[in-house]
Amino acid sequence: MGDLITMDDLTNKEITGLLDNAERLLPAAKGEIYLPLLEGKVLANMFFENSTRTRMSFESAMKRLGGSVLNFSSAGSSVAKGETLYDTMQMIDGYADVAVIRHPQQGAAQYSADTIEIPVLNAGDGAGNHPTQTLLDLFTIREAHGTLVGLNVVLVGDLRYGRTVHSLSHALVRFGATLTLVSPESLRMPSEIVSDLNAEGAEVTETTDLAGTIAEADVIYMTRIQKERFPDEDEYTKVAGIYMLTASDLAGAKESMVIMHPLPRVNEIHPSVDSTRHARYFQQAFNGVVARMALLCDCLGVKVPKKVK
Amino acid sequence: MSEMRRVTAICNGTVVDHIPGGRAIQVLRMLRLDIGRSNPISMVMNVPSAKLGRKDVLKIEDRELSQEELDRLALIAPAASVAIIRNYSVAEKLKAELGEDLVNIARCSFWNCITQNAREPLPHKLRVVNIEPLEIRCSYCGRGQDMDEIVDNIL
Repeated sequence: MGDLITMDDLTNKEITGLLDNAERLLPAAKGEIYLPLLEGKVLANMFFENSTRTRMSFESAMKRLGGSVLNFSSAGSSVAKGETLYDTMQMIDGYADVAVIRHPQQGAAQYSADTIEIPVLNAGDGAGNHPTQTLLDLFTIREAHGTLVGLNVVLVGDLRYGRTVHSLSHALVRFGATLTLVSPESLRMPSEIVSDLNAEGAEVTETTDLAGTIAEADVIYMTRIQKERFPDEDEYTKVAGIYMLTASDLAGAKESMVIMHPLPRVNEIHPSVDSTRHARYFQQAFNGVVARMALLCDCLGVKVPKKVK
Repeated sequence: MSEMRRVTAICNGTVVDHIPGGRAIQVLRMLRLDIGRSNPISMVMNVPSAKLGRKDVLKIEDRELSQEELDRLALIAPAASVAIIRNYSVAEKLKAELGEDLVNIARCSFWNCITQNAREPLPHKLRVVNIEPLEIRCSYCGRGQDMDEIVDNIL
C-alpha cells in the first residue's frame, strides 16, 4: 500500500489483513510489551485543522512501535504567512518517512499525495473522507460482532458533511452490510455517495426517524452535527440537537447492538448511555491506536510478526 | 430546407455539427470563441436532427480547432462531429472524444476544494466516471460537477 486517501485505495482483502494485524498488535498498543518495529522511522503529523484523537492516536501508535513523530500545526507556521500546501508538503517530503494530513479543504490529501513521494495518509479532508477512522471503526465492529459481513448498520446525524460516515459507508457495503441513513433532510448523504453505494448493490434506506431503526440495528453510529462545516449558521441552528440518544431509548434494542461515535460528542449521546452494554465509543477511540499501528507498518513496508510476544 | 443550407458554405475553417439543441452558445463559451476573436462565426440552432431530435451547428471561419479544443467540446457535445474545411472541401473529419482525465480544462466548482486556492500550483484535474449519463468528478475532492457549472469554470 502507498497512500491512503479513500477506502477505494484498499481491497477487502487488504482491509481484513490490516484488521488482523491490528489484533496482533493489541499488547503493544496497551503498553504491555515494547515492540520497536518502526524504530528509526519518522512520521509527520500535518494538522491544518484541530484534532484530539486522530493526532494523538497516530503519535501513540508510532511511539509504541519505537518510531518518532514530528508534529506540525498550521497555527504559528508559515501557512499563516501564506505558504501554499504544495510548498509545505515539499518540505515534509525531506523530513519524514510518512505523512498524516488533516486539512479543512476537501481534496487536500489527494493533492498532497500528488505532490510528494512519501506515503500520505488522509486523516480528514474537509467534509471529504477519513479512511483511517474507518479502519478503527471496522475493527471495533468486528471486535463486537466477530464479523463485518451482513450487519445492519444505522448511520445517524450529519451525513452531508460527516467525513467519517462517507468513508465508513463505502467500506461497509463492500462487506455486505445493510445501511440505514438517518439524518434531517438538509444533512442527507451526498447524492454521489448514495449513487456509489447503490452501484455496489447495497441495500440503503434513507429516513429522518431514528427511533424506528433501533430495534433492528446491529450498530448505531452516531455523529455530531458539525457547526464548523455549515456555510450558514441559521441552517445549523435548525438541526442542532435533532438526534439525542438516551439509555431509555435502548429498551427494545438487540442485546448485541453497539453504539459508536467518532467523538467528540456534544449532546447526541446522553451520558446515561455510557454505562449500558451498548456503549462502545471509548473502546472505539482506543482502537484508533492499534488500527493506525497496523496501517503505519503496512505503508512503511514493515511486516507484523504472526505471533507478537 | 436542410440546415447546411441555412448559412453559406465556408471557404476555410471548422464546422461543428451535431451539437445538442440549444448548446451552441455554451460551445462558443467553452472554446473561448465568444470573446476577443475576429473570426466570422455562423450559428444555427434547434434544427431537426434524426440523431439528436434537435441540434445546433457552428461554422467558424479561418480557424481549425485543435485536439485540445475538441476535448473541451466533448464535455458538452460528446456526439459532435467536426469537419475541417479547406478551400470549400472537407479536408479532415474529427470526433470530439472525451478522455478519462481532463487536465487544466475546467476547475472544480466546489467552493471548499483545495484547488480553489489560486496559488496552489498543481493542475486542475477532473475525471470522467461515466459517459452516459455524463458524470464528472474532481480528481482531488471527488465532488460531482454540475454540467452547467462546468462551462463557467473553464480555464
